[in-house]
Amino acid sequence: MGILDEELRKLKEKILILGCLVEEGVRKAVKALIERDNELAKQVISRDNLINGLEVDINEECIRLIALRQPMAKDLRFITTAMKISTDLERMGDFAVNIAERAVELNQEPFLKPFVNIPKMAEITESMVEDVINAFVKEDVDLCYDVIKRDDKVDELLKNNHNELFELMIKNPDIIPLALKRMFIAKYLERIADHATNIAEMVIYMVEGKMLRGTFVTEEIQKLCLEDFISRQR
Amino acid sequence: MVIGSMIESIKNFFSFTAERVSEMGNAIQKPEGEIKLEVKDLNFYYGEFRALKNINLKIPTKKITALIGPSGCGKTTLLRCFNRMHDLYPGSRYEGDIIFHPEGINIANPKIDVLDLRRRIGMVFQRPNPFPKSIFENVAYGLRVNGVRDKKLIQEKVEWALRASALWDEVKDRLNANAYSLSGGQQQRLCIARAIAIEPDVLLFDEPTSALDPISTSKIEELIMKLKDRLTIIIVTHNMQQAARVSDWTGFMYLGELIEFANTQKIFTVPSQKLTEDYITGRFG
Repeated sequence: MGILDEELRKLKEKILILGCLVEEGVRKAVKALIERDNELAKQVISRDNLINGLEVDINEECIRLIALRQPMAKDLRFITTAMKISTDLERMGDFAVNIAERAVELNQEPFLKPFVNIPKMAEITESMVEDVINAFVKEDVDLCYDVIKRDDKVDELLKNNHNELFELMIKNPDIIPLALKRMFIAKYLERIADHATNIAEMVIYMVEGKMLRGTFVTEEIQKLCLEDFISRQR
Repeated sequence: MVIGSMIESIKNFFSFTAERVSEMGNAIQKPEGEIKLEVKDLNFYYGEFRALKNINLKIPTKKITALIGPSGCGKTTLLRCFNRMHDLYPGSRYEGDIIFHPEGINIANPKIDVLDLRRRIGMVFQRPNPFPKSIFENVAYGLRVNGVRDKKLIQEKVEWALRASALWDEVKDRLNANAYSLSGGQQQRLCIARAIAIEPDVLLFDEPTSALDPISTSKIEELIMKLKDRLTIIIVTHNMQQAARVSDWTGFMYLGELIEFANTQKIFTVPSQKLTEDYITGRFG
């Protein structure tokens, strides 16, 4: 095994660790919310430093490899993907912290009503996070497409959650502060699912070399949009 | 209005992607636009040894095409076919065609005028090889050999070629000094000036920077990139980063075969062939 292979293996390992930390953070934050467990929520919040540090470490390692090893082809795709994935994972970690913070706040208030949509959203989102990390490790494109598909269900549940809470807020304005926090939490989960989708798309790029996002924006369209933008500025 | 043309370009794009997708697995891609040199079923033999095997490729006009591959893969042999450099070796033999567009001259035809061909397809070698003459005479020589007598015209052309080779500012005060008084990098740029003075259509570079330091190398690379406005360039290089930096199209060769030919970005980010991938990622053999 060459030096670069060994370095890439270590990089992959670090991403896997980061992924597991984030996955654990999301899971624990949701558990802390549903079970009204302040200790668990605080644990998630304090773990964030570790996630941030690991993200910086991964990015520096990627830059070092690009500068010193001049990777090409699949190696280059792997390293650029690693950089983007680590950014997505770090953001997901931040959202887990946000959920934990809202949980701590909600735990100080009386219980509003049993959760309906949020546990469903959390279950799907957690499965997406777990599977996308597995897909990255195993370079499994089919699993990536499966993760991307699940994002629609999360979006739908977010909408349901919002509608339900709107109705409650109209009926009883006293609960607005509590209901808003629940809306935020649902939104955080939906964002985590979006980042998992981003990662799935990047893994497809890493394995197959094709970009899923924005592929239909040709130079011509970019030019048209730019011209349109400039004309509206005048 | 804007929306209408956007829809139109989206439609165009989809037909374009369909084309691209069908080409994805195709190892030898065809450049769009004007073609300068077209190699058809080319086999080349050094005596009994078959050094090139069924090469088919199209070299785009006014673009830089790089040929890469391990030692002995045939990349220099292929480069030398384009101006019949092999005629100097006894027992060499061509099979197939190399069509020089737009006239459609078949370079592989033994009857063509090789001197005229070499005037139109010039070559710059690995080691700078200036003539033991003055800087000025080195560049003027090709013009004189080609029958230019007008002194003023020769002077103009020499200055133009030296400027185009990014050498003028360094040598304008000592044009009569011997070319050997220049540094290796300057000598190589002088050789490029000598080659472009007679305004060829194609310039072949055989590892032009492998004997040079990094600063001279980057000067030559910049020069090569500027020259593509005027002529078609083919470069053989051992340095993959160099191929990635300067070329528009890249061909990967192995054991006398052209394994993959595609635009350079594709070769270095998403090569379609495993051999190419192994070679450019340094996992060969």
